[in-house]
Amino acid sequence: MHELAITEGVVDAVTGRLPGSKITCVRLEIGALSGVVADSIRFCFDLVTEGTDLQGARLEITEPAGRCKCRVCGSEFEPDGPILLCPCGSADISVLNGQDLKITSVLVA
Amino acid sequence: MCATCGCSGGAVLQLLPAAHNHGHSGARGHVSSHEHSHDHEHDHGHDHGHDDPGHIHIQGPADNERTVILQQKVLAKNDEIAERTRSWLRARGVLAVNLMSSPGAGKTTLLERTARDLAGKLRLSVIEGDQETALDGHRIQAAGAAVVQINTGAGCHLDAAMVAEGLRALDPPSGSIVVIENVGNLVCPALFDLGEEAKVVISSVTEGADKPVKYPNMFRQADLVLVNKTDLLPYVDFDVRSHAADLRRVSPTALMVQLSATTGEGIQAWYDWLRRRTPAPLE
Repeated sequence: MHELAITEGVVDAVTGRLPGSKITCVRLEIGALSGVVADSIRFCFDLVTEGTDLQGARLEITEPAGRCKCRVCGSEFEPDGPILLCPCGSADISVLNGQDLKITSVLVA
Repeated sequence: MCATCGCSGGAVLQLLPAAHNHGHSGARGHVSSHEHSHDHEHDHGHDHGHDDPGHIHIQGPADNERTVILQQKVLAKNDEIAERTRSWLRARGVLAVNLMSSPGAGKTTLLERTARDLAGKLRLSVIEGDQETALDGHRIQAAGAAVVQINTGAGCHLDAAMVAEGLRALDPPSGSIVVIENVGNLVCPALFDLGEEAKVVISSVTEGADKPVKYPNMFRQADLVLVNKTDLLPYVDFDVRSHAADLRRVSPTALMVQLSATTGEGIQAWYDWLRRRTPAPLE
């Protein structure tokens, strides 16, 4: 359940950057290949934000799809699930997109 | 409270000096509680990266709210501490290995045997992560290695701040190895860079051979996969070949070594792997 830790990281990062600000919305980007489950973050969010400047804030999550490039055949593909296998059968791939886990922006009252 | 970990109860760190000690005064007990406010007291070179919060762009206000663009990685603080640790270990000439597996795969048994077999040849110390108890720490201490036991409480993984604190307590000498035995878990530890040089994952033959494809985030990052408990192969339904094929599906580069930490069969390959990566002691 590292999502609890991740959600606490979000709260710490936001309150660290904007101390004393009343936050009304937090926008996260959770890539499909980030290893983090967006629903678990939603589950934790209200619990973790209670008593902080983020209490009551809306949570908006975008989940960009994964994008990989095969080092063998050179084609780009969207992986089907967390196993990053090129349609050509190769597992020798690089991830182009979808690994990020970041706070894109917040709304401040 | 650390930046990323969920151990609201607070992780507790305990230094267990090597049982056969060479001149250490060896005080046992609490070294410190889980307080990371002193991150910046490291004598590691500071290297604040691109994720350092610097610029805050404020867009035009919408009604009574304004948008503040942050574009900040959630794990930026953990990753920054991990990078500092890595630089510090390299400058000191210490090999750090992050050892991960599910509970019961044999991490502690492997380290006990490693400490005994390498005594007098390679200097080994251990950062031992468990939710609770110092039982594993005491096992490794009895095998002759210095140990820092970290209890993560509610936390399901070690993070970079805990390891940085553990390394300070251990004070590993140049030319030595520190194995970080992570909390037994194939999910959460995959996300947290600890500042290690290499990641080693144990899968044991009493588990399913398909672990690599069930936990691809973990196995994808592994530099070395140890298939442990090979002495039990005659009694279990574990297909080594299909395990190797599944590992190839998630990582084309990870090495796979079969061994038994109990009987010692195949274990020399693990020692050779460690020896090849251990830096020479600095003058």
